[in-house]
Amino acid sequence: MKTLTVISGKGGTGKTSIVASFAYLADNKVLADCDVDAADLHLLLHPEVKKSYNFKGGKTAVINKDKCTQCGKCEKVCQFEAIKNFEVDSLSCEGCSLCMHICPADAIKMEEKITGWVYISHTKYGPLVHAKLGIAEGNSGKLVTRVRTLAEEIAREKGAEIILIDGSPGIGCPVIASLTGADLALIVTEPTLSGISDLERVGGVCDHFGIRWVVCINKFDINRENTEKIEKECERRNIKVVGKIPFDINFIHALVKGLPLIEYSSNESKSQIENMWQEILNLL
Amino acid sequence: MTISVASGKGGTGKTTVATNLALALNDNVQFLDCDVEAPNAFIFLRPTLNDVKPVYSFFPQVVEEKCNFCGLCSKICEWNAIAVVNKKWLFFSQLCHSCSACWQLCPEKALKKEKKLKGVVEKGKAFGIDFVQGKLTVGEAVSPPIIKAVKKEINKEKIVIIDVAPGTGCPMVEGVKESDFCILVTEPTPFGFNDLILAIGVLKELTIPFGVVINRSDIGDDKVEDFCRKNNIPVLLRLPFDRKIARAYSEGKAIVKEDKSWKEKFIELFEKIKEEYQNTERAKV
Repeated sequence: MKTLTVISGKGGTGKTSIVASFAYLADNKVLADCDVDAADLHLLLHPEVKKSYNFKGGKTAVINKDKCTQCGKCEKVCQFEAIKNFEVDSLSCEGCSLCMHICPADAIKMEEKITGWVYISHTKYGPLVHAKLGIAEGNSGKLVTRVRTLAEEIAREKGAEIILIDGSPGIGCPVIASLTGADLALIVTEPTLSGISDLERVGGVCDHFGIRWVVCINKFDINRENTEKIEKECERRNIKVVGKIPFDINFIHALVKGLPLIEYSSNESKSQIENMWQEILNLL
Repeated sequence: MTISVASGKGGTGKTTVATNLALALNDNVQFLDCDVEAPNAFIFLRPTLNDVKPVYSFFPQVVEEKCNFCGLCSKICEWNAIAVVNKKWLFFSQLCHSCSACWQLCPEKALKKEKKLKGVVEKGKAFGIDFVQGKLTVGEAVSPPIIKAVKKEINKEKIVIIDVAPGTGCPMVEGVKESDFCILVTEPTPFGFNDLILAIGVLKELTIPFGVVINRSDIGDDKVEDFCRKNNIPVLLRLPFDRKIARAYSEGKAIVKEDKSWKEKFIELFEKIKEEYQNTERAKV
């Protein structure tokens, strides 16, 4: 069983469109949408939800006014500035429980809260594990870990060969959580200065955790000089560029139709994605 | 006035809108790049940075002579960042949220706090703009403390423009928090629409007034426009898809600098925001 995580650093480079096309191409796989705070893969794969779970990803401190003696100790120890005037700001509270432990009047309780929902779904491409983060809830890293480990369990049960993970933009908790245990990361970038800067950073995260990574340059013909720069830098660092996809308005048309590009059109982009998938299979 | 620029979906044009708005106004503007995981505004604003502040977080370290391996720290840690097994104290720094519970509650006072660099806040000038950006150290997981450190620099005397991280999780919430108005940048695709609705959910929860900018407004479908119309959400600006704009973006060029007519459009955008903001303030009274 091998895991491929698709990430990007910069948002909007085409991660989800590419994962959806891989979903069509890959045999015997389990899919996981680990971009839990802006999940979009379901819009292309049209899952039929088979099981759903509440996800209790955190706690919030609640102060019992009757017991509170207004000593102010909780406010002083809180590292998140979540207590002001003997009231808890639940958006700032990270649920560490320190205030509860420290309160001399036993006036603080921690309440578990549902911070999201996890779904196991059937799609015509195979099983999909996905999630929804509650509105303005934190701890998305924990939810990502839940999605990823569920996908692993299903893959083991079914004897699946590949787990395909759609990651989130950035370089923080959700990205790190989606990279844990990956055999290979595919970084989808674009030939813009922003794309290059963020590629550098997210590639650094893969290096930091010792995860092998390869690159796909999407919309490569938007700026060919920048594409060359990325290719040269990758070559210098011995990193494989496994795909170069031209700017293609069909990605948008396919999206509007709710289809992976590869099912929608048969053009250069399609053959590029097919070649890229073969390369990745060889590397996994 | 503090204006945050957020999006839900990544790559819709937050940085384009935020930097061009700042450049169009130029005077009396402070720009904060709060997308500390992938900051890109510097590419378009080209600031001269003259001040760097480190952002540290604290973590526990065991003093072996004092520790009796009671395991309390491991039990109370909500993030499972500490394990005590076979008279060994183990720490997983990636999971630590620096809440301080372990070292404050250790009965033997066997944990001391150490500090670790988690990122930096950099300040400088870009044209007439006061520029501040945060950068999370590569390999670190938790970005909100860096975002908070950037926002500590807010100068209320100025028009403050905040470039926020994509998504709807903690970095986005931390970025938009306490702003007077939020611009949500989207694109007319099913992804853009889906994530716009999620982002609107967060802003409603935080009671921050908002309007929408539609980027690449001439591609995709009409769902974003229809939704905004039906729900009385102001569409503040539409940016058509233009390969020339995409090319300029790829080279780190700001469109208001390339084309005067865009400067006017961004000034108009600011006027609309002021109007929207005043309307909601009046409604409160």
